[in-house]
Amino acid sequence: MADTTYLISAIAVMAAVNYLTRVFPFLFFPDGRTPGWIRYIEIYFPPVILTILVFYSLKDTDFATAPYGLYEIGGVALTVALHLVFKNYLVSIFGGTLGYMAMVQGWLW
Amino acid sequence: MSPEFKTAFKNSVPVMMGYLVLGFAFGLLLSSVGLGWPWALAMSLLIYAGALQFAAVGFFAAKLGLVQVAIASLFINIRQAFYGLSLLKKFADTGWRKPYLIHALTDETYALLTTIPVPDGLDAKRYYLYLSALNHSYWVSGSVAGALVGGAVQFDTRGVAFSLSALFVVLAIENYKARRQILPFVIGAVAASVAMMTVSSANMLITAIVLSLVMLFALRSRIEQGEDDG
Repeated sequence: MADTTYLISAIAVMAAVNYLTRVFPFLFFPDGRTPGWIRYIEIYFPPVILTILVFYSLKDTDFATAPYGLYEIGGVALTVALHLVFKNYLVSIFGGTLGYMAMVQGWLW
Repeated sequence: MSPEFKTAFKNSVPVMMGYLVLGFAFGLLLSSVGLGWPWALAMSLLIYAGALQFAAVGFFAAKLGLVQVAIASLFINIRQAFYGLSLLKKFADTGWRKPYLIHALTDETYALLTTIPVPDGLDAKRYYLYLSALNHSYWVSGSVAGALVGGAVQFDTRGVAFSLSALFVVLAIENYKARRQILPFVIGAVAASVAMMTVSSANMLITAIVLSLVMLFALRSRIEQGEDDG
């Protein structure tokens, strides 16, 4: 493993660059007053990115071989169904995750 | 306990599961290359970015040059530069808390902050701080625990990370209920699908974001029209 000085430098670089990506918009609009196109992004980007993050978090799913992504589709469907019926975050997330774990770990078969 | 803390804790529970488990996995991975819990603690406190921290284990093993580390970090997390745009107004009056709120702006915290409205009567800036710090503490605790346990104990955690997918699904449904506009979700799904089919999984997220922004602005008049009708 690399030496301590290198590790500390590398961690400092990563921390700094990561903070830079997060602080970027705040540097450009320090007082929070924003042009119209930013207000448009403010409202409509969250639903877009949430959808993208659902796909992203499941991006390593292999649709080409068995079970053809059916566990992931089933897990998402179960989560949606639980949320529409019970309207409770915890029920939907715990239930969906347990259902998905039951499928991938083969508790049922 | 203040009502702000109680609400923040309640809303952070879904993230708790995902962060403890993913953080734990990160700690395990780090200990597998010979780095103990102080390194896990420092990285999870100071960097606090899941994908980058996992990638960092590879950087260390290869002793990747610092300039390359900086460039790789930028590309892995450039998507976060778009997140702040939705939070400029929310964070405008947070005072001394602001630098920390920005530091703690992960995918999951961003999703919670932009989707769940702050209940009436609560002090929003305190709620934001508690929510951000709770999520951060889960990530730190998970990664330190993982590094401490090392490879000594085996758990079958396959599938637990699905809790983060489920969180995004649930937040998407709540977001839809607030505006009743389907087009942004269609744009997200199309952009993500196209990116998944055309680029490597390392570049998928940023490609999907850029594509979706192009579509979002191409359809701007139509989407804002829908807002007036609804």
